[in-house]
Amino acid sequence: MSANVSKPKFAMYWASSCGGCEIAVLNTGPKILDVDAAFDVVFWPVAMDAKYKDVEALEDGAITLTLFNGGIRNDENAELARLLRRKTKILVAFGSCATEGCVPGLANLSSPQSVFETAYGTLTTDNPGGQWPQPSVQVPEGELHLPVFASTVRTLEQVVDVDYYMPGCPPESHQIALVIDLVIQALNGKAQLPPKGSTIGAGPSTVCDECPRQRHVKKIKHFARIQDLERVDPDLCLLEQGIPCNGPAIRNGCGALCPRAGAQCIGCYGPAEGVVDNGARLITAFASVIDSNDPAEIERILDGIPDPAGQFYRFNLAGSLLHAAKPAWAGGPAVK
Amino acid sequence: MAENETFEPVIVGFTCNWCSYRAADLAGTARVKYPPNIRLIRLMCSGRLDPTFVLKALAGGADGVLITGCHPGECHYLEQNYKALRRFLLLRRTLVAMGLEPARVRLVWASAAEGVKLAREIETMVNEVRALGPLHWGQGSPNGALAAIESAAAEEVTA
Repeated sequence: MSANVSKPKFAMYWASSCGGCEIAVLNTGPKILDVDAAFDVVFWPVAMDAKYKDVEALEDGAITLTLFNGGIRNDENAELARLLRRKTKILVAFGSCATEGCVPGLANLSSPQSVFETAYGTLTTDNPGGQWPQPSVQVPEGELHLPVFASTVRTLEQVVDVDYYMPGCPPESHQIALVIDLVIQALNGKAQLPPKGSTIGAGPSTVCDECPRQRHVKKIKHFARIQDLERVDPDLCLLEQGIPCNGPAIRNGCGALCPRAGAQCIGCYGPAEGVVDNGARLITAFASVIDSNDPAEIERILDGIPDPAGQFYRFNLAGSLLHAAKPAWAGGPAVK
Repeated sequence: MAENETFEPVIVGFTCNWCSYRAADLAGTARVKYPPNIRLIRLMCSGRLDPTFVLKALAGGADGVLITGCHPGECHYLEQNYKALRRFLLLRRTLVAMGLEPARVRLVWASAAEGVKLAREIETMVNEVRALGPLHWGQGSPNGALAAIESAAAEEVTA
């Protein structure tokens, strides 16, 4: 965090996220020193103390690179997205939440009302007064405000214009290192940035492409959860063994980490290049390998996927064509 | 609901070139009437139906989607209609999990000779969807679902 003002400025912000993206950046190891050497870090709440007003005081476009992780859950997230967009030349939707909503986006299956009921009213919450956070409250010293909870989680591009997308939950550290290298080289005129709107730090193909498991003709008579199987063949394609692996529709770039470790791909790198709707592509992939033409038997096989919406949209409900389930958009705001 | 008395649903219908499209054609030449609420789109085969098409129709403002094809065993491309069947069953489960009424997505087999049957099926579906009322997943625009949600979010912020 050098005070050298001649260096390009860098910011990283977390909106509705878990903090895993920040850890992935720190996991780049010594590469993080290159960031400090090449950039003047002006705003990064997890790593340094800076206030929103410090960002507001900057000239528009003063920040060269902003890595924005987290989805847009409330009006504070949206305000910061708009503020950083104004101040930033290269705005990167960083990680699954910012690009497609990720796991917090699964709240789009439920009404805001029931999200609050679960968060503030179930067994794991000690809330004897049954209180919910209110957007504003009067105290003797004046009126206090909390960010207003929106009806759905939105992706960054659903709120502001985005220059690049970097998928992953979180993005793999070696991919982050490659992107940091590329940006630094581009700033020094030694490389060219890809066209605006590109997905960076990931491959163009699918997880299956990087998966070392053997594949044959897929014919599935039943789906099973991996923990319910007595034995999982370590060399055979997981989908062929009836384990609902999302690899066929998911973008590569992770190196097929999960299938290599014996677990199915859950889809954290988002849809592969050219896929409009992740769930639709997975429905096609799964339906094609079911080995039955009899409606009753097909239904019985499909019972092996008890939560299809969660299976196909675990990471990108907010970024999908339908964006949210009916209870979310038909429910209205969370009020009590 | 008062709204439903004047509500005319918009149904997007997908037909296959070899059977159900010909059935619709036959209904036309035989002057069999069916409600004008359905917008038919011809595909070469029901196996060509990417579930994306259905999602896009619903997100873009359709109140229901009808998928049609050749009878099992009669597909011009041998067995692609079985693929369509499996996709449909999985897609319907997913949509129901997202709060959609199952009657809004329907699969119907119709041979080239079944113009009357297809017309009756369309009529039944239009009546059922009319009874369910408007879907409003979107507001008629290609990105309708999102536009509706964004305006709702904006109302909350300003409220």
